[in-house]
Amino acid sequence: MSEILTPPLKTSTGRTLRTEEMVVNMGPQHPSTHGVLRLELVVDGEIVVDVIPHIGYLHRCFEKHSEAMTNYQQVIPYCDRLDYLASMNMDWGYALAVEKLLAIQVPERVEYIRVIMAELQRIASHLIALGTYGLDVGAFTPFLFMFRDRERILDLFEMTCGARLLYNYIWVGGVSHDLPPGFIDKARAFCKYFRPNIKECNDLLTFNEIFIKRTANVGVLPREVAIAYACSGPMLRGSGVDFDLRRDDPYGIYNKFQWNVVTGKGEVGTVGDCWDRYMVRVREMEQSLDIIEQALDQIPDGDVQSSIPKRIRPNPGDVYVRTESPRGEIGFYIISDGSQTPYRVKARSPAFVNLSVCPEICRGSMIADVVAIVGSIDIVLGEIDR
Amino acid sequence: MGLLDKQFNNSNVIITSLDGLLNWARLSSLWQMQFGLACCAIEMMAAAASNYDFDRFGVIPRATPRQSDVMIVAGTVTLKMASRIKRLYDQMSEPRYVISMGSCSNCGGPYWEHGYHVLKGVDRVIPVDVYVPGCPPRPEALMEGLIKLQEKIRSSSLVKKSA
Amino acid sequence: MTPQEISEKLKAKFSDAVVETKLEGVLDPYLKIQPARLLEAAAFLCDEDDLQFDYLMCLSGVDYSKGILGVVYHCYSMTKGHKITIKVDVPAEKPDVPSVASVWPTANWHEREAYDLFGIRFAGHPDLRRILLPEDWDGYPLRKDYKVPEFYQGMKVPY
Repeated sequence: MSEILTPPLKTSTGRTLRTEEMVVNMGPQHPSTHGVLRLELVVDGEIVVDVIPHIGYLHRCFEKHSEAMTNYQQVIPYCDRLDYLASMNMDWGYALAVEKLLAIQVPERVEYIRVIMAELQRIASHLIALGTYGLDVGAFTPFLFMFRDRERILDLFEMTCGARLLYNYIWVGGVSHDLPPGFIDKARAFCKYFRPNIKECNDLLTFNEIFIKRTANVGVLPREVAIAYACSGPMLRGSGVDFDLRRDDPYGIYNKFQWNVVTGKGEVGTVGDCWDRYMVRVREMEQSLDIIEQALDQIPDGDVQSSIPKRIRPNPGDVYVRTESPRGEIGFYIISDGSQTPYRVKARSPAFVNLSVCPEICRGSMIADVVAIVGSIDIVLGEIDR
Repeated sequence: MGLLDKQFNNSNVIITSLDGLLNWARLSSLWQMQFGLACCAIEMMAAAASNYDFDRFGVIPRATPRQSDVMIVAGTVTLKMASRIKRLYDQMSEPRYVISMGSCSNCGGPYWEHGYHVLKGVDRVIPVDVYVPGCPPRPEALMEGLIKLQEKIRSSSLVKKSA
Repeated sequence: MTPQEISEKLKAKFSDAVVETKLEGVLDPYLKIQPARLLEAAAFLCDEDDLQFDYLMCLSGVDYSKGILGVVYHCYSMTKGHKITIKVDVPAEKPDVPSVASVWPTANWHEREAYDLFGIRFAGHPDLRRILLPEDWDGYPLRKDYKVPEFYQGMKVPY
């Protein structure tokens, strides 16, 4: 799969094959579509001529719910369920937007806790992305190994707030529980345990010849197309664009840590192919470990609930705040009319925008490549459909 | 004293009824249809992974409904998806069972009040055997739901009970 | 460039189309433009050398009640690093806004979502149809006066 194939094809004796287009339906129930996504493939033989994504099979009316809640804090459990693999990042994005409307500052300990949780969540989310990507292209073992490592992170989260997947932890103005005793040591032990496992992941999957053959030069996303389609996160960085919201549109205390932004360089294929996006995620896990270790060393003492407002009643106005979730730029546009209920909450989801580029990059590939491409976009239907 | 009562000395012989044998066979190898809709699907995957292994109960994920015994509806069922779920349920061959996992498929979950596009419980379109509560239920809770289903199968019978 | 400079540049070219400007006292400085000149203004924002707003962060539909719908565009420049917000207001009886999908391809899906949930029609959109709700759904749910239907295809909708 190293060139874009265009019909009509010729046989080895020079005769042109006469083919017709056929519509093949993938999903909504399909083992490789990462949820309830329906892809209508218009194929000419095995070559994909067009891909029409159909979404909305998980539309859970998040925006209508947030208008009906009696309190801004009550929207946080719904934010969890938007991108359920990165709940901490979703909560943080929403809490930041409301805090900007209220113009309140959170204590420093809260900032450190938020960064630690967000980066741990980033590692957990990337582990699932990589594990299921391996499952898509046919490798079952990395999936099991990554889930084993993810259970360690979920133990840390469960120690802190009691939940494994949907936490309702980062509230407007603070966090719901302080770090329990023993958390910092356990987190340090996890970092020490996990770093060699990234090498294990590389040995199993990343530099595996079959994996490279399946993903290199497949689904190449050029730089200009990525920016025009407003891709973000590993999708954008895999195409070589050096842009990370944690550094370029800063929020929280990321400027206090030493870490690098990872971009794709086309090491085994073209810049912007599936392998590059995959490699950006693997390397980002290492950078997240660095950030967590530095935060654990620097975290100060303090009260984490002192600045949670008793009544949240922002002045009328609107704000758009964006943060870097594992999938890209999650933005919350909140309009307040001065009452205790939000007037409008719009969640700009990274996977929704990243998926819209799928028809562009799938043209000319084979049906099996579509699976590899959709896996490399790393979609979560909860936030696409909201 | 019957003809064959206590006649066998060594334990190479098992006496059972056809019902018991069939039920034991069915509950020991419930192949599930890999049908994750939303957040509960991740806990289902975690239950199938190595920490809370599902394979020791004989449960293997199968991609197609035609080769599976149990459909674990994990996640929110929306109105757009409901007709597809009905179709998938019809494609499963009997005996087939449904486990409704999570609050959303039990009764609409957190979206019960203002969700205009959420089906308030998957039992509005397909018959459900076991309901597993939680949002999301822990993998251990899902396993308990599976064991409850196994008990239900153990007590089922080929003979139709008269009213 | 500061929001002042951006707004001056825009007003210099589209002085009659800018309805309202609010740069002070708001968290996100914005300009409100008339819908008729929106496509030209979007192309100007994207192509002009000093502005280069090549990245459309977000496109949201809003129901301001009192019979007014709106669309809000949050634009960012990858090269220059500045942001601006553009707002457009239309009456709810005739919500027609020109589509900016030709300027920013990402607007394609965002506009489909705004059409789906608010009923705002985007003129010139290549493929305007519902994206989240089923094709035969009735009504536009995120409008403030929306009534939830009792049944959909035989299934009871409310609890």
